[in-house]
Amino acid sequence: MNGTREVALVDLLDRLLAGGVVLTGDLTLAIADVDLVRVSLRVLISSIGRGEDR
Amino acid sequence: MSELTGRASYAYAVARSFDPALLEGVRGVDDAEVHLVPYREIVVIVSSVPLAEFDETALRAKLERLPWLEATARAHHAVVDSVATHSVTLPLRLATVYRGDERVTEVLRQSYPRFRAALDRLAGKVELEVKVYTEPQATAPATSPSSSSPGRDYLRRRRAQHRARDDAWQRAAAAATQVDTALATLAVDSRHRPPQSPQLSGAGGENVLNVAYLVDAERAEELAAWARRLEAEAPGARVEVTGPWAPYSFALPDGEEPA
Repeated sequence: MNGTREVALVDLLDRLLAGGVVLTGDLTLAIADVDLVRVSLRVLISSIGRGEDR
Repeated sequence: MSELTGRASYAYAVARSFDPALLEGVRGVDDAEVHLVPYREIVVIVSSVPLAEFDETALRAKLERLPWLEATARAHHAVVDSVATHSVTLPLRLATVYRGDERVTEVLRQSYPRFRAALDRLAGKVELEVKVYTEPQATAPATSPSSSSPGRDYLRRRRAQHRARDDAWQRAAAAATQVDTALATLAVDSRHRPPQSPQLSGAGGENVLNVAYLVDAERAEELAAWARRLEAEAPGARVEVTGPWAPYSFALPDGEEPA
């Protein structure tokens, strides 16, 4: 839908970690949504800060 | 059986049935081919993943690694995006994993009425994202005739910087209100998100508005172009439009019986 243009990771994570239908999967039972978002943002911030490969 | 083979089913999206041949060549997480798990006129798009890589401990560790998170997010999105070109699509949250396709069928059967209602609501709709930013700060003008007091100069400079920043914010906020008011009347639904941190988005300027609008698919281009044009009418603000996206932000709220 977005064509061939590369989608910004931050926009993608906004949707994939905070949007989408939440179903309780068999293997991810204990991972709360908030945890997911916090984890990913921490990862993003630290990796950008260090100028690591993204 | 899945326990023995060590495979699990990664679920990307729920959609109205469509010809599986349309997904030929579409690959998901771990570059695996995707397939459809059907129930009545609804399907779930899944691919097979190693069970051990998606249990809670493994997942927790992997989410801390940006390259894995990015690759998985992009793979998930690529599947959702390509399904959305063929059928009404309800994207699922990242890393929704079941112990096999039989479990996926079971979930589909249990949540059928809710999926059906959601697909009806989203038929012919796409999501547009509109963000309004302040213009990146120009460097504060050097204070002209410098007085005899460096302290006073400093304070004057600081005040000027603050004023410039406040003005930039005010201008962008005014533009944001204008954009949001206008689009809200044209959209079917909207979701306001917290502004993105400039550190994450890499965008110059401060994000003052971050909204997803659910709009009729045929009008998406028109509305996007219209939102972009508002930028010219709103000096001091930058308007960014992304999409069309599958309706990620308009999925059902949680709170039903765990499937």
